[in-house]
Amino acid sequence: MSQQEYVLLRHRTIPNLNQLEVYRENGGFEAFRKAVTSMTRADVVNEVKNSGLRGRGGAGFPTGTKWSFLPDTLWPHYVACNADESEPGTFKDREIMESNPFQFLEGVMLCSYAVGATEAYIYLRGEFWPIAQELDKRIDQLHAEGFLGDKLFGTDYSLRVYTHLGAGAYICGEETALLESLEGKLGQPRLRPPFPAIAGLYGKPTVINNVETLTNLPMIITHGAQWYRQWGTEKSPGTKVFSLSGCVNKPGNYELPLGTTFRELIYTYGGGILNGNKIKAILPAGASSSIITATDEALDTPMDYESVAKLNSQLGSASVIVVDDTVNMAWLAQKTVNFFKHESCGKCTPCREGTYWMNSILQRIGAGKGQPEDIDLLVDVANQIYGKNLCALGDFSTMAVTTGIKQFRADYEAAVRGDQGRSPGADRELSPASDNNNADLAGTAGRGR
Amino acid sequence: MNEILSKYKDEVERILAKYPANAKRSAIMPLLYLAQRQQGYVSRRQMDDIAEIVGITGTEVASIAGFYSLYFEEPHGRYHVQICNDLPCAMHGADEFLKQVCAFLGVGVGETTPDGLFTVEAVKCLAACHRAPMFQVQEGDALNFHENQTIELFKTWVADVRQQAAAQQAAQKVGAQ
Repeated sequence: MSQQEYVLLRHRTIPNLNQLEVYRENGGFEAFRKAVTSMTRADVVNEVKNSGLRGRGGAGFPTGTKWSFLPDTLWPHYVACNADESEPGTFKDREIMESNPFQFLEGVMLCSYAVGATEAYIYLRGEFWPIAQELDKRIDQLHAEGFLGDKLFGTDYSLRVYTHLGAGAYICGEETALLESLEGKLGQPRLRPPFPAIAGLYGKPTVINNVETLTNLPMIITHGAQWYRQWGTEKSPGTKVFSLSGCVNKPGNYELPLGTTFRELIYTYGGGILNGNKIKAILPAGASSSIITATDEALDTPMDYESVAKLNSQLGSASVIVVDDTVNMAWLAQKTVNFFKHESCGKCTPCREGTYWMNSILQRIGAGKGQPEDIDLLVDVANQIYGKNLCALGDFSTMAVTTGIKQFRADYEAAVRGDQGRSPGADRELSPASDNNNADLAGTAGRGR
Repeated sequence: MNEILSKYKDEVERILAKYPANAKRSAIMPLLYLAQRQQGYVSRRQMDDIAEIVGITGTEVASIAGFYSLYFEEPHGRYHVQICNDLPCAMHGADEFLKQVCAFLGVGVGETTPDGLFTVEAVKCLAACHRAPMFQVQEGDALNFHENQTIELFKTWVADVRQQAAAQQAAQKVGAQ
């Protein structure tokens, strides 16, 4: 796939696609009109099932299948869109909502129609309030143009879409915590079952889909499942927005077919490693990743859900953080664990206490006061967190620690001797204008594209 | 008297209309933002007002305000400089940038400058990993990202803000006379 051909980041080649008239000139809302006026709900669900689209928020669950879990005996149904993008290393949903907002909104609307929801909520992280304000204006426009509201296109179908802002809690990206937060409660995960498909928002059947997942839908309904399958692999069809960050020359979002190799992303598109350093490791799914040692075999691995799992890691939301050989893995774990300690919601004791203790140990090591036995102590604490919590945050917090120690124990041994090497990033030759997403100058204020 | 209700009647109604009639509690978070708009923080009195609007206790509203990090319960600097120093940003020099900013403003992380203008904070990922170092700041009615930063760019921004603040103060003095 050339970079010129986009399913999601179409604004890169179509100027002003965030304007309604431009979006409509490019086929905008025809998929929604077609679905509401000439397709049954089941037709839409089947088309999406056939496309093989899988959830882009991290879990990779087949989207159409997820929708079909909502029982037709319990009403109303709700759609909640997860726009709480907060995983360190992830910045794709922000670009989609800022620059291709109507395709995203049309995706929300198609999903709502498919599951028979007449109300949909977009849950955005609080820091995205300028984006929410823009979305609100666009939702008003869609009401004015007759794409939202009552009895759409002369049918019996009615739909309203609302934005709802979070307020600085990563945990609300976890789907049941998101629902709690939307209900005006503390953002803490629920015990499952019941699953949201049965008892979700306000106790009613609810679909929760990620921004990127939904943004695929207008193109799938317009062009069909087979068209969509021209990209990607049999089990992971379509394209994916890879958020590339860390020690690379050209960090940014790259929309590429699933199954593109790490090497191609990092070297062909990402411009290789900063300062000509050597690549050391890859975190393919943000701070939650199981760390992959950057061997030739790993670099030649296709980035699809199955292949990355074979490396004992996860594709997740495809937030590829590249680590070079100047970075000590104990320092890296200090960063990720501190994040999870800060973001643990406090509901489950193993996560709340465990992240606190892992953080204390890693800070102690970072301050040059570590002891050799701290390394095994970290693994011990991590093992007491893993698998013992209501949601995956606790598990995520252990990933960089356990997979880091397993593959890079020498880094930890050096760190407890008080030698973490240089302070990472301190002496970076920064080249801000190399960012592939904006040709803007360094230090641009305001929201970029 | 419910100050929030009397001051922002239309907006309160618009917020409540977004949620089912029996799920008013969903309006707590938007109402907290509304309350925070003018002073930059939410007072206990305002929490009681919100509680009255949605039909729960002030304590329950306070627990929400306490749980989420974007609600402030006391005054802080007018400009909350929030620098992300999470992993991807740190690998692009964000820790160093944070140090330089603190040294330049003469404050520690979490502290406010003596003129009450700037509070420096180290925060978690802001979805701008590809444009580090960066900070987010609330400026007037807008929430801006300042990306691809250097300490020189930051100094320029601070000078601009201080100039604007001084001009505003001068204008207020003239107005008061």
